Amino acid sequence: MHTATAVTLVPTMILGPFAAGAGLLCLRFDKVRRILVGTVTVALCCCALALIGLPAPVGLSGFPLDNHHLNLLMLLIEAGMGLYVVYVGIRARHALIVALMLAQAGLMFWFEWTYGSRLEAAHNLFVDKFSVIMALINGVVGGGICLYALGYMREYHELAHRDVADRRPFFFALLFVFMGAMFGIIFANNLLWLFLFWEMTTLCSFLLIGYTQTEEAKRNALKALVMNLAGGLAFALGIVWFYRQSGSIELQTLIASKKALVLLPAALLCFAGITKAAQLPFSSWLLGAMVAPTPVSALLHSSTMVKAGVYLVLRLAPVVTGTTVGLMVALVGAITFLVGSLAAITTSDAKKVLAWSTVANLGLIVLCGGIGTASAVWAGLLLIIFHAVAKCLLFLCVGIVEHKLHSRDIEAMSGLILNMPRVAVMMLIGMAGMFLAPFGMLISKWAVLKAVVDAFPALSVFIVFGSAATLFFWVKWMGKLLEVVRPRQQVEGTLSLGESIALYGLSGATFLACLFFPILSTALIEPYVASVFGESVAMSQGNIIIMTIMMVMVMLFPLSFINYGRGVKVMDAYLGGANVQSSVRFLGSGAHVEDVTMNNYYLRGFFSEAWLARWGVISATTILTLMLLLAFRTVL
Amino acid sequence: MNPWFRVILYLVAAPVVGGLLAGWDRRISARMQARQGPPILQPFYDVFKLWQKEIIVVRRSQNFYILFFLLLVVFTGALFFGGSDLLLVIFALTLAAIFFVLGAYKASSPYSFIGAERELLQMMAYEPMILITAIGMYMVTKSFQVHEIAGHPTLLVLALPGIFLGFLYTLEIKFRKSPFDLSCSHHAHQELVRGITTEFSGRALGMIEIAHWYENVFLLGWVYLFFASSPVLGVAVSLLVFGFVIFVDNVFTRLKWQAALKSAWIVAAVLGFGNILVLSFLR
Repeated sequence: MHTATAVTLVPTMILGPFAAGAGLLCLRFDKVRRILVGTVTVALCCCALALIGLPAPVGLSGFPLDNHHLNLLMLLIEAGMGLYVVYVGIRARHALIVALMLAQAGLMFWFEWTYGSRLEAAHNLFVDKFSVIMALINGVVGGGICLYALGYMREYHELAHRDVADRRPFFFALLFVFMGAMFGIIFANNLLWLFLFWEMTTLCSFLLIGYTQTEEAKRNALKALVMNLAGGLAFALGIVWFYRQSGSIELQTLIASKKALVLLPAALLCFAGITKAAQLPFSSWLLGAMVAPTPVSALLHSSTMVKAGVYLVLRLAPVVTGTTVGLMVALVGAITFLVGSLAAITTSDAKKVLAWSTVANLGLIVLCGGIGTASAVWAGLLLIIFHAVAKCLLFLCVGIVEHKLHSRDIEAMSGLILNMPRVAVMMLIGMAGMFLAPFGMLISKWAVLKAVVDAFPALSVFIVFGSAATLFFWVKWMGKLLEVVRPRQQVEGTLSLGESIALYGLSGATFLACLFFPILSTALIEPYVASVFGESVAMSQGNIIIMTIMMVMVMLFPLSFINYGRGVKVMDAYLGGANVQSSVRFLGSGAHVEDVTMNNYYLRGFFSEAWLARWGVISATTILTLMLLLAFRTVL
Repeated sequence: MNPWFRVILYLVAAPVVGGLLAGWDRRISARMQARQGPPILQPFYDVFKLWQKEIIVVRRSQNFYILFFLLLVVFTGALFFGGSDLLLVIFALTLAAIFFVLGAYKASSPYSFIGAERELLQMMAYEPMILITAIGMYMVTKSFQVHEIAGHPTLLVLALPGIFLGFLYTLEIKFRKSPFDLSCSHHAHQELVRGITTEFSGRALGMIEIAHWYENVFLLGWVYLFFASSPVLGVAVSLLVFGFVIFVDNVFTRLKWQAALKSAWIVAAVLGFGNILVLSFLR
């Protein structure tokens, strides 16, 4: 593919979703909406796939519009968003929102007023392999979520939640604006543009989290807004400082600069990344975000929003590597991984388990960014890919289960393998993808562990304890799906077309990504790492072969079901010899007939979620403060 | 020695050695309790007998998990004796153990359910220390490859005393011996019945037994790694460790899971991680 194609492709990928969003806002007919969402999604996926062929990193000037008008347009959008946020803050009587927004707007206004005419970037957009990976995730996984949302939101409003006002046109418009903004973040090289798209995702997530307009939803939406605005302020400060030091507003210049010169802006941008990636002490906004309909959670957790945060941190890895700032960033990630993994043990709310697991895995990616060596960044990129696919699959499955069982409690999913066999199998695939050898996340964790041991062996303690906890909460959930106490009715029903495409597609992708990860690595990840660090990182051939053998063994497991029920005698379970005609009832004390119930361990007397969260917040806040102070000291 | 030759030797010899060790275990335990004890070959007789029994299940698919548990345990050991990456060996072992646990969940009986939960707790308890052991060996030998670790010219235990002790502690859990026989007790008087293996009988139980033989040989092989530069010492210490585990099994009563988890993590954090910190300051 030629550079010329990228010139048209990239702006289309950014603007296309915005245009589709505008169209969807006006659409009332479900059928037309389905066609439009389907077409745009397929088109975006094709664009992202076409970009894989791009031979070398390339900078683009931007959109086919003269810069003066473009800047004016952007200023208008920025001002509009700012005014809206201030309005929201005032209406909610939330002084902090107003203050943060005014501070950020004031700073940017002063900045553009003072340096306005000189704020030019040679390349407003930039495409390299890293952006292509992110674009693929955003296009394919994000697109899958949009398809899924078509069927899901219909059921949501028509069956499951009749009390919630049906604002589907608004909902779908926001999904696409969100995706467009994410493409903007991925491709922007001009930091002012990046910042605009960054704030757009903040605003979109605020609106989507508050979609149902219940008290809880409003409260959690405001929480997400205020935390991300804090990150936005840090981002703005970072841009201003970087410009005053170097006279440039280009991300690529920042990355290529001497470490000591740009440590403060890099630290500020990392801070912004940490807020968006929901790291401690800011994790609570992502946990609160699960009040929104499932497609929103899936979008926030897998392809957009939090991935924007880790994207920025990983981009800045070459700047912070080997510095104290980098170490502090890594430490925040490491603590978040440990706390998130332990907290996930204590909860039986499926979405909350997924949310804590997202927080934890993003912690690992931030850890990679903070360490910033070539092998750490390689591992971080792998984590981004595998996490997006598997986590999205899990969220979408939980969404369907929630609609059918009217509960998202893991204990209620007992025997799901009979209730909803297809969805249960897909959930098992997703979970295996999240933590089990030889699936992707495990490969990546392995790589992270090696990278950490080489850079800072002491940090490995967080990973080893965190992984142990990860194992516990996933396996007990898997077991719950498999265990069948009493006969179950199938309630699965049929999946809508969009839901099927998303679920089967993502299940397939989880497998394929693992089978073909060496190709993914050589085609996309290694070229990026090599172009930035000048050294090549890859897994050894022998280990890849062993992983493939393991993968084949795991895939053979379903084959054993050919023998299902052959040559075996089925008996009741052992209930101390007090079975009452079956394995589901027994004769208890006082000759009462009792039902068998089995509940998982949540170890709540052992780890308390509140305690973990509190100490996580305290330690991470201390480290972040220290990081900023140290970064400020470099410029004094 | 050629790695393939080692793997084949392991595949053939490990069940024999593991079965004999199990026989000695029963004999020594019996003598400690002033009993005569069964013949050394009793574990083999047991497995042959189990193999001829009728296949009885609670859930029709439960035994499939056990077959894959056995296959993966054998695979794990083969990776180890073939000289592969130590972390990969740990992950394969974890995968095997997860099949075992899922099989017990699948059986859907209260006793196997509790056994499965407790087995998971035990895995959570020993996993950090096992990973730390691999990291420690890497820091000394600069390689995760078992064949390079085994070929290291110095006695690893000298650089890794804390990690060695911590590893011994987790071995107690890994062997499912008292005081950590939480998930499936060998003693027939427990509230747990037979825990994780309650609903497995006949061939499936035989496979679990054989898997344990393979696993025990692999774990003792890992103990040997600490002394690999002096093979005679290595074998002697491995056997001593096995005797020590039997001794502890007979001396201690079972701990609650809280105590098991807490103590294992404290040991991993203090002895294991402490050792790593010292190493990272020294280098």
